[in-house]
Amino acid sequence: MRRHRSALVALAALALAACSATSTSTVASSTAPSGSDSAAGSITVFAASSLKEAFTQIALDYEATHPGAQVTISFGASSVLATQITQQAPADVFASASQKTMDTVIAAGDATGDHVFAVNTMEVATPPDPTTPVTSLADLAKPGVKVVVCQKDVPCGSAAERLFAQDHLTVTPVSQEVDVKAVLSKVVLGEADAGIVYATDVLAAGPTVVGVPIPADQNVTTTYPIAAINGSANAATAQAFVAYVLSPAGQKVLTAAGFTSP
Amino acid sequence: MSRRDRSVTSPPWPVAVPAGLALLFLGLPILALVARAPWDRMWSVLTSETSLQALRLSLETASAATVIAFLVGVPMAWVLARADFPGRRLARALVTVPLVLPPVVGGIALLLAFGRRGLVGQYLDSCCGITLPFTTPGVVVAEAFVAMPFLVITVEGALRSLDTKLEDAAATLGATRLAVLRRVTLPMILPSLAAGAVLTFARALGEFGATITFAGNLPGVTQTLPLAVYVGLEGDPSEAVALSLVLLAVSVIVLVALRDRWLRTGAAA
Repeated sequence: MRRHRSALVALAALALAACSATSTSTVASSTAPSGSDSAAGSITVFAASSLKEAFTQIALDYEATHPGAQVTISFGASSVLATQITQQAPADVFASASQKTMDTVIAAGDATGDHVFAVNTMEVATPPDPTTPVTSLADLAKPGVKVVVCQKDVPCGSAAERLFAQDHLTVTPVSQEVDVKAVLSKVVLGEADAGIVYATDVLAAGPTVVGVPIPADQNVTTTYPIAAINGSANAATAQAFVAYVLSPAGQKVLTAAGFTSP
Repeated sequence: MSRRDRSVTSPPWPVAVPAGLALLFLGLPILALVARAPWDRMWSVLTSETSLQALRLSLETASAATVIAFLVGVPMAWVLARADFPGRRLARALVTVPLVLPPVVGGIALLLAFGRRGLVGQYLDSCCGITLPFTTPGVVVAEAFVAMPFLVITVEGALRSLDTKLEDAAATLGATRLAVLRRVTLPMILPSLAAGAVLTFARALGEFGATITFAGNLPGVTQTLPLAVYVGLEGDPSEAVALSLVLLAVSVIVLVALRDRWLRTGAAA
């Protein structure tokens, strides 16, 4: 029975992870139409997978405080979202997990200025299993330990590379997953002994994983920039949403999700 | 069994126009892939270690998956077509589920069955130290799971439409059941066996969702060509297009070559 329930929890977590890969969630509170010159229009926000929990809440809060506004969020890997935006996907706001992907969007002329709105640190996620061989960052270099990371072209993967290089750890991952939620699901299911994920992911995963914190002097940080996309049909709303994310109300939600303020 | 003569006519426009649209719809993306390929750096992309590793791994795993599918899939097809046992309809439905199941879901199902903590996988791990996720055999398992139904369905269809008179005659003349199967049945369905195997190989070669979910992604171990293409999109999109062309070329070569060698002689037989 016990095993049965843990399998269900794992399945639910996987379902969540699958959704986060490409899902588009609409959080509609009101259908009242509004002019494009107000902060209460309809906008589409492209946001990094690791922002799923925080931005879902921020969108709800924004709609509650701006009657008539409708915020639709499309979550995905930052690099994929950046490619979609430069290919003219209908985004009004881009919230990225790396400066590099934001820079490609700015270089393509699709955004003009960006603001750093959050900082994330890395953490080691392990299965909730007392026999786990990983209790510290150094354990990842032990032979036979199955470590899963993001592939190097996505922000969580380059952060893992920087982390290992900085701490002189020789880690041979068994898999380079396409995004951070895929790493997490491999840990939740117990297939991997450890995964390098964002501290916020460990918090969001709740009891399905156990986090092994990395001491601040050994850790690396990633900054999250946000920008309104040029040519938005609801530019005023897009700007207002960016301002809301940077405001104390937005920062409070981000801090609760495990981010630190810039 | 002779082919029926069909008179060739020019189709009426209500048929020709949508047919043309269908051709455009299917053909244009392929053309775009060829047109947008980075021809100037094609050679360097294709001979890079990542590409060669992925190509070799893809060919090896797809071949292995096809062999496995053949060894157990053909007997399965025979049982479904000929044997009578309780639960046959259920068995048939089960066999075809992977055909319609999204491959990612198939990957999750494989993890829950054969993963390190899976229903069966935990015993494989504790008794023999076998773990499939993150290994090349894991890739073969994922590909076989997704591709085998193509073989079973093709062969089962052929067995069902087979005229049983010849088999009956052979049996009447004293041939054992195994001899009938080996000397009469199998030779008659040879074209379908070949077609099923080609379909299975092609499907296994293109497998993505179940593979990345069940076996993960590591160059040289589990990163097959479709995974290399997807991962390449994040880093260097033009490299991904070049690799896509390889996949396209391999698929076309497999279909054309085997069609000429097997399917045509099969259809004429």
